[in-house]
Order: sequence, then C-alpha cells, then structure tokens
Amino acid sequence: MTGLHGRTMAEATPGTAPAWRTDFPALHQEVNNHPLVYLDSAASSQQPVSVIDAVAAYQRQDHANVHRGVHTLSHRATEAYEGARDKVVSFINATGRSEIVFTRGTTESINLVAQSYCRPALSSGDRIVITHLEHHSNIVPWQILCEQTGAELVVASIDSAGQVDLDEVKGLLDGDVCMLAIAHVSNALGTVLPVKSLIQHAHSLDIPVLLDGAQAVPHMPVDVQDLDCDFYAFSGHKMFGPTGIGILFGKERLLEDMPPYQGGGDMILEVHFDGTTYNELPYKFEAGTPNISGAVGLGAAIDYLQVAGMTRVAEHEADLLAYMTARLSDIEGIRLIGTATNKASVQSFMLGDIHPHDVGTILDHQGVAIRTGHHCAMPVMDYFGIPGTARASLALYNTESDIDALVTALVAARKIFA
Amino acid sequence: MIVAASPAQDELRDLYRELILDHARSPRHFGKLDDITHTAEGINPLCGDKLKLYLNIDADRTISAVAFEGSGCAISVASASLLTETVMGLNCAAALKFVDDIRTLLAGNEEPAAGPDLGKLKSLAGVRDFPSRVKCATLAWHALASAINSDNGLVTTE
Repeated sequence: MTGLHGRTMAEATPGTAPAWRTDFPALHQEVNNHPLVYLDSAASSQQPVSVIDAVAAYQRQDHANVHRGVHTLSHRATEAYEGARDKVVSFINATGRSEIVFTRGTTESINLVAQSYCRPALSSGDRIVITHLEHHSNIVPWQILCEQTGAELVVASIDSAGQVDLDEVKGLLDGDVCMLAIAHVSNALGTVLPVKSLIQHAHSLDIPVLLDGAQAVPHMPVDVQDLDCDFYAFSGHKMFGPTGIGILFGKERLLEDMPPYQGGGDMILEVHFDGTTYNELPYKFEAGTPNISGAVGLGAAIDYLQVAGMTRVAEHEADLLAYMTARLSDIEGIRLIGTATNKASVQSFMLGDIHPHDVGTILDHQGVAIRTGHHCAMPVMDYFGIPGTARASLALYNTESDIDALVTALVAARKIFA
Repeated sequence: MIVAASPAQDELRDLYRELILDHARSPRHFGKLDDITHTAEGINPLCGDKLKLYLNIDADRTISAVAFEGSGCAISVASASLLTETVMGLNCAAALKFVDDIRTLLAGNEEPAAGPDLGKLKSLAGVRDFPSRVKCATLAWHALASAINSDNGLVTTE
C-alpha cells in the first residue's frame, strides 16, 4: 500500500489504524515543524480521501436541485441524496427512509424534537429530564422549551468519576416527565451512559427517550432498533463526513404525528392560500434546498466506516484509550477528569495548575492538536470546579505513537511552567 | 523536550517569558478593593478566562487604586497583573493611551508610534505569534477601557 504524500506504508495491515491513517490526507502534514498529531476528533474528525473525492465528484458532475427537476442532473442529485439516506438507514438499522431526517447537525436535530415533538404537548408542570454531563446542545434547546411552555428542566447528577446514577435517573422519571434526553457518550468526559437500561425503564412509564449520539456513532456500533430509542441525533463531521450535515432518527409513528419544524419548499405537497398540505416523511422536516453535497459526503463516510467495521473500530479505540489513560496517569501532577468504568474515546485532564489554554498552546507548538476549554459542557466544569480541561480525543486513525507524542509534549509543558 | 532548536520553540519561549510566568504565578494587586468607583468584567467565552477589574478613580481623574480578581490562563492573568502595575497612579487619559498602545503592539503590524514607553509591557509582544491567544492578552485592557468609560457623562480621550 502506498500512503499519501509519498509516504510508503507497506507495513500497514489492512483494517488497522496505520492503514486507516493513510486514507486521511490532513494527517500527513507538519505543524510547527512537527508531524501533526491529531487528538481532537471529538470536536471534529478529519475526512478520508474517499469522502473528499465523493463530494468533489458530486460538485463536478452531478449537482442540481433535488426532488424537483426532470432533467438528468436533478435526477442524479436526487439519487445521490436519497442514496445517502439509505446508507444511514442501514448504518444505524432504522426501519426505512421515513425515519431519517437530514439536519444541519446534532444541535438542529435536538431543537427539532424539542420544538416539534415536545412543545405542542407540553404545559406548565411537565418535566424534561437530562443529566449534568450533557453538551450545551442537549441543554439549551430544553431551556428554551421550558421558557416557552412553563415546563421544568430536571437535571440528574453525576459522581466524581463522571457517571450518572442509574437509580437516581430512574427515580426522576414519573408520569409528569415528557422526555428523557441524554447523551449516549459524554463529549467532555467520555462516559458511556447506561442507555438501554434507562430506555427500558422510561418506556415502562411511557416516557420517550432522545439520545445525543454525536460522540457514539463514530466509535461504536449503533443499532437504533436494538436500543429502542425514540429519537437519535448525530452529526456528519464527527464521523469523518462534512460539516453542516446531521441526522435525526425518529420512530416513524412519532414523526408522523409531529408538525413541521420549518416551513418552505420541499416540505409541502400542495400550497394554496386557503390551505397547505405537508409532504410525507421525512420530507415534512426538510424545508428548503438541503445540504446535498454534505449528505453525499456523509454517505461516503458511512461507506468508509462500514468497510472498516464498527466493531473493529471500537476494539481499536478501547485498546488505545486504555493505553492513553495509563500513559497520562504516569505524568507527575496530572489529574484525570472523567474516570468512568465504561468510557469511550476521550480523556480530559488538568496538568498541575497550568491553565488548559497554556497547555493547548504549548502542545500545538509541538504539533499536537487537542481541545482545551469547557467543551460546550460548562455545567460539567462547574461540577469539577475548574474553568476547563485539556481533552485528548481519539478516532480510528490514531495510534500509540500519537499518545507517545502527547505525553512527550505534556512533559515539556510541565518544564516550561516548572 | 523544549530545546532552542526550532523557530517554533523560540516563539514559545518568547510567549512564556520569565516575566510573564512570574506575574502569572504571583499576580500583583490580586483581590478586591475596599473602595471601588469603577469596575468592569472581562470574559473570553472561548477560553473561559474571566476577570473583574476594580478601580478607584479620584475626582481629578487619577487612578488611585486598582485590583483584579478572576481566573484565566497564564497570558491573561499576567497581562492583568502588568496592567495594575502600569496604571496605578496614572490619570485616566494616560491609562487609555496605554490601552491603545497595547492593542497596536499586539495587532502586530507596527510598534506603537509616539506612546509612552511600554517598558515591561513589551514582554507581552510574544503573543503576536499566537493569534489564538491575542484575546487573552487584551482582555484586561478592554476591561480597563470599559471601566473608565463606564462613568456617567465624563468625557475621555476616546
């Protein structure tokens, strides 16, 4: 196998991280005179050449508007767009196209559920339950909804390891709860939540469940029928696809009863001034010309992940996370934030009393890209009493040598601040 | 390891000069004033830097006392600490002139033309090579301008 940019990767075994790594052009560059070590995939992942090429090919040859032209290019664009939807259906094991709504990303997916599913049904005294470890995108849409309806937002606590207490969450669920909205995997802490058990319990009380799957889908097999979640939201750009494209999975019978989220073209069957008939699922929720090239890129990313195999990806990342945690633990003065028993793909930490942004700058100057700050999870930072963390996050293309470079750079940061 | 081998590492040393690290470790005038006439809060939502600047401005527009509190990275804390040393005892117009000169210094295009001698503040110049950190260094200075300008109807040099 010949790698990109003239690097020969003859030793890379297909289906392993070194081989996957050769598929991502952005990883093969120097930053500040060091080989780039990309450990920020939880913020946004890099794209394989197959995704880049698929988007470019669509733009070069097939672009036109979807669902409304009789000419050949419009037909091709529609095929590409709907073909991508079919790939999502099979990737997360939905029952069909009607359950897959293209959105701008996880954030829009959650806002859609808050406004179209919950808002019409809510009244003062009703409750929405979330947890303390949610990303802002799974907090603020519910706060807005509560302001609009007088409903109450209830927050399940976390412990010092960053875990939710199953029994506590179950105890918060009763007949007044209209939605349980929780992360599948925490973006700031890496905690994998016990979602199946929570879903079963919520359903025993007829409470629907939304999962924020942005940090789960790129790292583990996700089967929405097996989970039995009612809604599942995720983003293209965290799973090796483009930005500006995301997915809302919703059970068909729920989506069917929901009013549109936005009005406009493509979401209608007939428009008259004395009445408008909405389109069928999922188009009822896709007003306006959609992000067609984004969907094409997402489809190509799913193809890539299907070939890689999500079970193999999950095994690789579990091994690598264990290695990273062990190596980081050995650094003098480090404090790991997020030490749940069941974790995936990220490790937050504090290095002595060095502010995370200083850590980030020093690492960047050694070619190591990590995220620093509150990770759009300010309540998590409040809980730990810190302004933010440094966070290293993994994807399928990371290897042990990336972790070694991270550790070396952190030791250097300690020396500067010694 | 940090060795003076590459330009990138020299830049890093230029950013984290000993004076900056010293002020970050032991910020001067850290805390609250007993008697506050002007105050402003500076927040950098990107970094989570957050500081409050307290001033006591006399009737003759002299800054007779200054202090700050909050949390932030080494650059923002050191910059705020240097600010307090710089503006203590200055009149407001002179303090605002420093704000302009710091902005010019950190914008990186030119040295401040005919300003007061920046003295120790020149040690902040290393930030110029780190565009993502310039806001950390200017945060306290924006807060200073905001605090001075926050009083009712008094004219400033702005």
